[in-house]
Amino acid sequence: MIDKKIQKVLLLGSGALKIGEAGEFDYSGSQALKALKEEGIETVLINPNIATVQTSEGVADHIYFLPVTPDFVERVIEKERPQGILLAFGGQTALNCGVALYQSGVLEKYGVEVLGTPVQAIIDTEDREKFVEKLDEIEVKTIKSQACETIEEARKAASELGYPVILRAAYALGGLGSGFCDNEQELNKLAEKAFSFSPQVLVEKSLKGWKEIEYEVVRDRYDNCITVCNMENFDPLGIHTGESIVIAPSQTLTNSEYHKLRALSIKIIRHIGIVGECNVQYAFDPDSEDYRVIEVNARLSRSSALASKATGYPLAFVAAKLGLGYGLFDLKNSVTKTTTAFFEPALDYVVCKIPRWDLGKFRGVDRELGSSMKSVGEVMAIGRTFEESIQKGLRMIGQGMHGFVENKELEIADIDAALKEPTDKRIFIISKAMKQGYTIDQIHQLTKIDKWFLQKLQNIRNIDLQLHKSKGLDNIDADLLRQAKIYGFSDFQIARAVGMEAKMDIEDAVNIVRQKRKQLGILPVVKQIDTLAAEYPAQTNYLYLTYSGVGHDIQYENDHRSIVVLGSGAYRIGSSVEFDWCGVQALNTIRKEGLRSVMINYNPETVSTDYDMCDRLYFDELTYERVMDIIDLETPKGVIVSTGGQIPNNLALKLDGQQVPILGTQAKYIDNAEDREKFSAMLNRIGVDQPEWSALTTMKDVNAFINRVGFPVLVRPSYVLSGAAMNVCSNQEELERFLNLAANVSKKHPVVISKFMQNTKEVEMDAVAKNGEIIAYAISEHIEFAGVHSGDATIQFPAQKLYVETVRRIKKISAQIARELNISGPFNIQYLARDNEIKVIECNLRASRSFPFVSKVLKVNLIELATRVMLGLPVEKLHKSFFDFDYVGIKASQFSFNRLQKADPVLGVDMSSTGEVGCLGDDSNCALMKAMLSVGYRIPKKGILLSTGGAKEKAAMIDAARTLREHGYDIYATGGTSKYLSEYGIENTLVHWPSEQDAQPQALDLLHERKIDLVVNIPKDLTAGELTNGYKIRRAAVDLNVPLLTNSRLAAAFIQAFCTIKPEDLAIKSWEEYK
Amino acid sequence: MRKVTLLLDDGTKFHGTSFGYETPVAGEVVFNTAMMGYPESLTDPSYAGQLMALTYPLVGNYGVPEFSIEENGLSTFMESDRIHARAIIVSDYSTEYSHWNAKESLADWLKREKVPGITGIDTRELTKVLREHGVMMGKILFDDEPDNIPTADYEGVNFVAQVSCKKVKVYKANQSNAKKVLLVDCGVKENIIRCLLRRGVEVIRVPWDYDFNDMEFDGLFLANGPGDPDTCEVTVGNIRKFLANPQVRPCMGICMGNQLLSKAAGATIYKLKYGHRSHNQPVRKVGTNQCFITSQNHGYAVDTTTLGKDWEPLFVNMNDGSNEGVRHKTNPWFSAQFHPEACSGPIDTEFMFDEFVKLL
Repeated sequence: MIDKKIQKVLLLGSGALKIGEAGEFDYSGSQALKALKEEGIETVLINPNIATVQTSEGVADHIYFLPVTPDFVERVIEKERPQGILLAFGGQTALNCGVALYQSGVLEKYGVEVLGTPVQAIIDTEDREKFVEKLDEIEVKTIKSQACETIEEARKAASELGYPVILRAAYALGGLGSGFCDNEQELNKLAEKAFSFSPQVLVEKSLKGWKEIEYEVVRDRYDNCITVCNMENFDPLGIHTGESIVIAPSQTLTNSEYHKLRALSIKIIRHIGIVGECNVQYAFDPDSEDYRVIEVNARLSRSSALASKATGYPLAFVAAKLGLGYGLFDLKNSVTKTTTAFFEPALDYVVCKIPRWDLGKFRGVDRELGSSMKSVGEVMAIGRTFEESIQKGLRMIGQGMHGFVENKELEIADIDAALKEPTDKRIFIISKAMKQGYTIDQIHQLTKIDKWFLQKLQNIRNIDLQLHKSKGLDNIDADLLRQAKIYGFSDFQIARAVGMEAKMDIEDAVNIVRQKRKQLGILPVVKQIDTLAAEYPAQTNYLYLTYSGVGHDIQYENDHRSIVVLGSGAYRIGSSVEFDWCGVQALNTIRKEGLRSVMINYNPETVSTDYDMCDRLYFDELTYERVMDIIDLETPKGVIVSTGGQIPNNLALKLDGQQVPILGTQAKYIDNAEDREKFSAMLNRIGVDQPEWSALTTMKDVNAFINRVGFPVLVRPSYVLSGAAMNVCSNQEELERFLNLAANVSKKHPVVISKFMQNTKEVEMDAVAKNGEIIAYAISEHIEFAGVHSGDATIQFPAQKLYVETVRRIKKISAQIARELNISGPFNIQYLARDNEIKVIECNLRASRSFPFVSKVLKVNLIELATRVMLGLPVEKLHKSFFDFDYVGIKASQFSFNRLQKADPVLGVDMSSTGEVGCLGDDSNCALMKAMLSVGYRIPKKGILLSTGGAKEKAAMIDAARTLREHGYDIYATGGTSKYLSEYGIENTLVHWPSEQDAQPQALDLLHERKIDLVVNIPKDLTAGELTNGYKIRRAAVDLNVPLLTNSRLAAAFIQAFCTIKPEDLAIKSWEEYK
Repeated sequence: MRKVTLLLDDGTKFHGTSFGYETPVAGEVVFNTAMMGYPESLTDPSYAGQLMALTYPLVGNYGVPEFSIEENGLSTFMESDRIHARAIIVSDYSTEYSHWNAKESLADWLKREKVPGITGIDTRELTKVLREHGVMMGKILFDDEPDNIPTADYEGVNFVAQVSCKKVKVYKANQSNAKKVLLVDCGVKENIIRCLLRRGVEVIRVPWDYDFNDMEFDGLFLANGPGDPDTCEVTVGNIRKFLANPQVRPCMGICMGNQLLSKAAGATIYKLKYGHRSHNQPVRKVGTNQCFITSQNHGYAVDTTTLGKDWEPLFVNMNDGSNEGVRHKTNPWFSAQFHPEACSGPIDTEFMFDEFVKLL
């Protein structure tokens, strides 16, 4: 049945999380590895993303933290000699790499068989022209596009098709470099960008306003096919599916339409010859049954991960098995465990996926949604009414929204325009429009969203109006209250709608609503996701809560064996796969101890929401209300709030207020660390230094404080993760402008201003303590100076360039803080260090972003240790000094500026990276090279453009510039930099800023002429004026796909590394080989 | 909306509200896990006598298309000339609808055809009750009226006689010299007729108890139908005569047709605990690696161990191992328990019509 000669298989991962390629591939890859392991196959994984679950011990047999590029993969193949390779589980990165290895003959040379879908089939789907031809053969309609190799050809094609047209770059990740053009001017601009990503650009007629429908299709080598799920986009065609709210199953298709598209999907997958899983996207006419196939993804995708979570059907797991040669009929339905995997899930609930954007974090970014993806994460909400599902989802995205209604009023100047041009706020603009009396027809005209969705939203609005009319909780009858809950209203929305906020604190009001509901017996029920709509009994632990029901699907034991782990919610900038890893490690530890592991999370891209990972999974909200609902049912032994990042951390106090047993560090201590006043007072008490700061409420106090400490200052509100709404202000004007913006960030907590330390090292302490005593720790060091957010910084562990004295002091201070806060569990402290002067920046009594990185470099699972502490189990103190390491780990950040049109790709105190990698090397240079190559940097061949900022940065770069010259690189430099380099006798060519219009040569021209392979562009400071100066060059570098560095310390380190060693000299060593 | 109660035979009650025609009703309560296709299901004659509960919670989204009749006398979008289910039970009826093809709302249609519809029912919980207990008789009662309707009967009732056509009807082919297919109407879904006509044959539709053996035709088609196959002994007798005819002609059966053909081949039929009503039933062609996703709607099944020696199972259900079709070992006689004509449901097995027509 399966091919016995396949005994070792290589799986390619997707690398760092980036927009368009995120956590879903950790899930896919983990599932595939599990499927292989089950067969006794030895597995090799290449993935530099050290924070993933798939790169954890025991998931794959050999793990390589190396770039997923043809060169490195070939060297791993040469070393490991696998018989098979899986290309479909690591997104476009793995697929492109695999196709390149196939085309260059590497796979043939080493006798490596591609398992699953043959490479030719992949090529047939990736190359637009071949794809259209292929579907023409079976008379399936596609969007006809004209492949163009020059801008002139593109212009000609567009005028023939007639505007609007859509432009796509071939072989691009999730719509990279693509977009709509309404006229030739727009086309010129976009085409240039698209050509920088791909030699081929496609011009097609736009079908804006058509429905967008997707099918997930599976085929085995016996030609048996199933469609696991179909999905319908809330937004019509024109908005990338990654940017759209997506509903599963489709809601507005008739039987005839559904099955017409389903049958087409099967016809297509058979003709192309997929073995495994693929996704077919359609444009569907809202006024007939006409359709066009948009694309076929011959691999696991974001949609397939979503479909797996939406249905309970483990697509990646099944696809891996099919790749080994199994038939669908050989496999079991992993939910029921008795029925076959050859079936199509029947849902008895409705699922909404909602994207999470973080556009507010990017200076200058274009907020309009289009055919290219910008969202950084997503949530999935499950309900038994559409209204319930979407309101849950809108709360889950975690941007302060309470649902479709009862949110803070949006200020929209022109609602018509806002409806017409969708942004990340689209659905809330619909809410506002409804409030202002827009009819469904009007909104439909402007948005082209199917009226059915709008009618459902209107229903939410109508219930809200009824609640308002009641003017008080006491006047509401049970029927209306129940109806509100069935249609997804939270207690908060109800409290606000009936006007309780005016009379009391909203938190008290919410508890009163909760009490009233309980008295009336209006309680949610727990339902299973069982793939068969209850037709067969299923022992599944995959659960959600709903008010649309009368009975629970499971029975509670009330045995106090449950340990509830709160997950991390939507991936967003500042909180991503690393917390998923932490959650999964906590679950594993709980299971190992024979306790019942319970996860609450709602992110479909994660491994923690794989129902195999725990004993009970609640795919539901992490709001206070919902967590309490679950705790009421589970009556757990304890709740873990410290492995899911800031969302659970913020719930700690409230849960504690309801006597929920929180494991580990107690809530009041968490608050003592989170609350700046309390934390600062504590530091003063124990004599630990901190940057001078003050919490201020008036401008007068602000000025008085700054007069004392001087500019620059760091301005931020309390309770933040990833430095949201945090900024450095260098002068009075900036300060006033920013304070105006920040004023409405948080009413409860005052604005905090602190002295901003320049030219100072930043050091991280990740540790685990038990009853106030540190039992394990890891000290790591940022390569950049303070000022770059720790989530964006390049971090080395163990620290390589700290004074022993500094390390000793940090250990001592950390021990003091741990004792003072009586820490039991994971924590992280950030320090500033200049000479041997140490200051504490902040302290989080939870796992930090760097826990997986340091755990894997240290080869000690800090979360396992922390979980054991929290469970009250015996632990041994770790004695491992950083002198024991014969290797270095470097964590580098992945940026997605290429997706974020117009955003300034400069780093600051606010985090902007979307992912990270961690690579190991025998020394810093080796580790840094691997890490930088993993996040997309390339070794420059010839030209390098330098603009090295202020005096200190210029000085910091001088050695690096000299090294470049010694290695034969051509240096181009802008005015000040050129002069400075010349003074030091470093040969360079003067180029001009875009503002120096008439002077030649222009830096931008050189970029466009592809004479530059690396841009180092360092702003003098972060003032608006200075930023504007370099913006055009930085943005051009990003748009033209030229590597860009904006920090002098990192630039110098990278230049030093690539001038010292060649990539081919880097050792190919697996994780276990670093001892 | 008036409040209603769904009362099951074992005393279980579900509370909801009415959105269809307002009259109490009794029947066999069955569940269907299909996620779309309510106009097709409601007009499927196989649902006669049943209260149809849909596990997919959102119903009514795309309204109901126009009840137009084509030149050949078949309706454009429906499976018969009226609603056959006695009631529809849903979780969240969508009062508004949106579709280019819709003429009216589901509620308006139900009211026109005097069929009750109720919403607000936890149809998953209901399904679990039916799954554990087996299908049950039930009643839909209006809370503001006393329970004064009798309990309905299902087993032993000849629903086929109620839904079958009353006289012979011929559907001409588009071409001359077309092959003639004799179709025994036990409650045929119109898409079966459409599937045949599309393949260029003439269809002669006869009532369920009509002795067709003296008629001239090239192939026999045994259609689907509601209820207990044991009430159709007349039909089984006619099929036996056909099978015994020295002139061997092709025969294909669907659903009830599979059961009647099997009975004629000596097999016995049993009632399933809760039937197969869904769009996702997996079947495997016996002795091959070929598997199909099928649409199904049946409460009875063929006991294959009782088939005559010249017969063998053709398809088997991959979930519960029940029979999904039979065939004769040498003669061109075969049948499917599932619905190759779909409507509603997947159309992956429509090739069976090709095979049948090729044999004519």
